[in-house]
Amino acid sequence: MSDTVHQQVRDFIVENFLFGDDKYPLEHSVSLIESDLVDSTGILELVSYLEEHFGLTIADADIVPANLDSIDNIAAFIARKRDEGRRLAG
Amino acid sequence: MCGIAGYFGDAVAPGDGAALLWRMCQALAHRGPDGQGAHIGRDIGLGHRRLAVIDPGQQASQPMASHSGEVFITYNGEVFNFVELRETLRARGRRFRTASDTEVMLQLYEEFGPDFVTMLNGDFAFAIWDGRCRRLMLARDRMGVRPLLYAWRDGTFYFASEAKALLEVPAVTAEIDPLALDQIFTLWSPIAPRTIFKDVFELPPAHVMIVDDGCARSYAYWSLTFPDRGEQAADRPESAIAEELRALLEDATRIRLRADVEVGSFLSGGLDSSLVSALAAREARGGLRTFAVTFDDPDFDESGFQETMAAALGTRHHAVACRGEDIAAAFPKVVRQMERPVLRTAPVPLYLLAQELRSQNLKVVLSGEGADEVFAGYDLFKEARIRRFCARQPASGLRPNLFRRIYPYLRSLQQQSPEFLAAFFGIGADAADDPLYSHRPRFRATAGAKNFFSQELRSTLAGYDAADELAGILPAEFGRWHVLHQAQYLETRFLLPGYILSSQGDRMVMAHSVESRFPFLDHRLVEFAARIPPGMKLKGLREKHILRAAAEGLVPAEIAERPKQPYRAPDSASFGGAEAACAEQLFSADAIAETGLFNPRAAAKLYEKSRRGLIAGFRDNAAFVGILSTQLWAREFATPSRAAPTALAG
Repeated sequence: MSDTVHQQVRDFIVENFLFGDDKYPLEHSVSLIESDLVDSTGILELVSYLEEHFGLTIADADIVPANLDSIDNIAAFIARKRDEGRRLAG
Repeated sequence: MCGIAGYFGDAVAPGDGAALLWRMCQALAHRGPDGQGAHIGRDIGLGHRRLAVIDPGQQASQPMASHSGEVFITYNGEVFNFVELRETLRARGRRFRTASDTEVMLQLYEEFGPDFVTMLNGDFAFAIWDGRCRRLMLARDRMGVRPLLYAWRDGTFYFASEAKALLEVPAVTAEIDPLALDQIFTLWSPIAPRTIFKDVFELPPAHVMIVDDGCARSYAYWSLTFPDRGEQAADRPESAIAEELRALLEDATRIRLRADVEVGSFLSGGLDSSLVSALAAREARGGLRTFAVTFDDPDFDESGFQETMAAALGTRHHAVACRGEDIAAAFPKVVRQMERPVLRTAPVPLYLLAQELRSQNLKVVLSGEGADEVFAGYDLFKEARIRRFCARQPASGLRPNLFRRIYPYLRSLQQQSPEFLAAFFGIGADAADDPLYSHRPRFRATAGAKNFFSQELRSTLAGYDAADELAGILPAEFGRWHVLHQAQYLETRFLLPGYILSSQGDRMVMAHSVESRFPFLDHRLVEFAARIPPGMKLKGLREKHILRAAAEGLVPAEIAERPKQPYRAPDSASFGGAEAACAEQLFSADAIAETGLFNPRAAAKLYEKSRRGLIAGFRDNAAFVGILSTQLWAREFATPSRAAPTALAG
C-alpha cells in the first residue's frame, strides 16, 4: 500500500510538475522545493490533488514542508491523516 | 535615433559593398524611416538609416564626413549635452556646418581621439572611420540604451544595430547559441558579448571597440561602482541629498527634451514616469502629451492612477487598451523585433504603445525606466532584505510572514504557511555570502523552465550553469559593497541592458521608429545615486525612499506614496483565443521536434495545461512564453538544421 502511495504521488509530480518527464531522477527523499520542482502555486495544486485523490481534509496548519516537501514526507503525511481518520471513525 | 551598419575588411569585394550596405540598411528601415545613406571606401563601408530628431535637414544626414573628408561617422542615438560640448569646441576654434549633435561627435573625435566618449552624456551607439590611420572605432553608451552588434567572417568585421542586418551578410548564419539560451532561461538575458545568435556578438554597455589591422580590442570606458561598505556618504542630511537629487533629475529631464520635434512621455501611473512627466510638463512648449497602456484585467491595470496623474498635470493623455488577444496577435512580430527568446509577454504592450505614439506623429518619448534599478525600487531588493532577516533566526515562525507583505499581488503566496514561505525563499539554504544571494530565488524560479529542455540540448549544455558564469565575472570590488548595492549592481549591469532596455525598450519602440529617452539613466544621476547611503534608498521596506522625498510637491501624494506595482502583462492566458493558432502549431510535436530544443511530450502537456486555463504560477508561465518565443525565434531566423544545438560556443 505504502509503495502504491509513493508511486501515485510520484506519478502526480511527474505529470504535473515535470510534464511527463519520467527520466528525471526523482528520488523519494529529495526536497521538491530545493529541486525547483514546486513553487507556491504548485504546493496548492499538490494540496488539491491530495484532498481529491486520497480523500483527505488538509488544514492550513498541515501545509508545511515537513508534510509536503518530498514524496517520502507526503506519503508519511497521508498515512498519518488516514490513521487519524480511522481513529476518529473508530 | 537611427540604425547603423557597416563593415571593415577585404572579404567584401569592391563592387559588392554598396549592395551589401543597402541590404543591411533595408533590414533596419524601421529604425530610421527619414533617410538612408552610405559611405564606401577601400575595404570600409558605413551605412545609416535616419530618424531625424535634431537638425532634421539634409545637411545633417549620415554617414557624415569631417571637414577634412578623412573621418566619417555613422551614429545611432542622441548626445544630450551636445550644446555644451559644441561651445567647448567653439572655444577651441572649431567651426560648425550644421546644428546637429552628429557633427559635434565627429569634431570631438578629431579633437580628443577615442577618449572623447567619456565627455558624452547620452544614449548612443556609433562607428567612426578614421581614414588617416585606417581605424574603426565603435562605442556604446554607459547604460546600454542603444544596441550595437557585430560579427566576424573571413577576417572582415561587420557591425549593425540589430542582428537582422548582420544576417544579410552572406556568411553570417542564424545558428542558436545553446549557452545563450541557458542564460536567458536562468538570468532572463544573455551575458554580453554573447547573444542568442552563435555568430553575432554584442558590444557591452560603456565599451569602446577599436578595429584595425584585422583584429579588434575592446575596453570599458566607464563602470558602475559603489562605495565600500561603511564608506557611504551619510555626512549630509537627507533633505540636502533629496534636493540635490531633484536638481539633477530636473537637469537630466531638461536636456532630454532637446529635439527639433515634439517629445511625449510615458505615464504608467507609478512614481517614476509620473515624476518624469511632471518635470517635462513644466518645460514642454505647447503642453505635454502622455501615453499609457491599460488592461482589462484589474490585476495589471493602473488606469486610475494614470488618469489622476494626467489630470494633475493637465497633459493630453492617450491610453491604449491591451487585451490578451492583442498580445497573442502581436507576439510573433515582437519576437522578430527582439531577436531573442523571452520569458514574459511584457514587451508586447510597449510595442503596441509605441505603435500608438507613432500614429500620433510622435518620434520621441520620455520614460521613467531606470529608477527602480538606481533607487532600489524592485520587490527583489526588499525580498533580499527579508531573506537575510529570516536567515538570522531560521526557526522564527513570524519573520517569513513579511514575504506576504511585499507580494500582495501573488495570491498563491498569500496562502502559504511561514514554513513554506521560508522554504520558497531559500531561508537556510542560500549562503549569506553568496554574491548572487539577492537574485537566487529569481534565478531558481526561472531556471525551472529549463526542465523542458530536450535531452539533446541538456547533453550539449553538459551541466553548464549560467549563474556560475555570472558570479565569475563580477568585479573584484563587488564583495566590499553593501549587500543592497551588490543587488543593485546585478540588476543595473545585467538585467537592465540585457532585457529592460532592449527587449522591453529600444527594440519595442524602434519597431515603430520611436526614440525613448531615460532621465533616470543620466550617468550623473546614476553616479550620484550610487553614493547615496543604502538606507536612504531602501528605508525599512519602503522602496525609493529618497526619490519619494525628492518628488515631494511635484506629484500628488496618492502617487508619491503608492507602493511599487510591478509592470506585468498576462502571459500564457493571452494565448487562449483564435489569435493563438500559431501557438498551437509551434507547440505541436512536429514543430518541437524540428527545432530539437525542447521535450515534445512535456511541451505538449504544458500547452494543454495552458489551453485549459490552468497555468497560474510564474514558472509555468515563464516556460510557456519561453518555449513559444524560442520556437518563434527559430522559425523567424534559423533554418531547422541551424536551430538544433550542435556544440557549445566558446
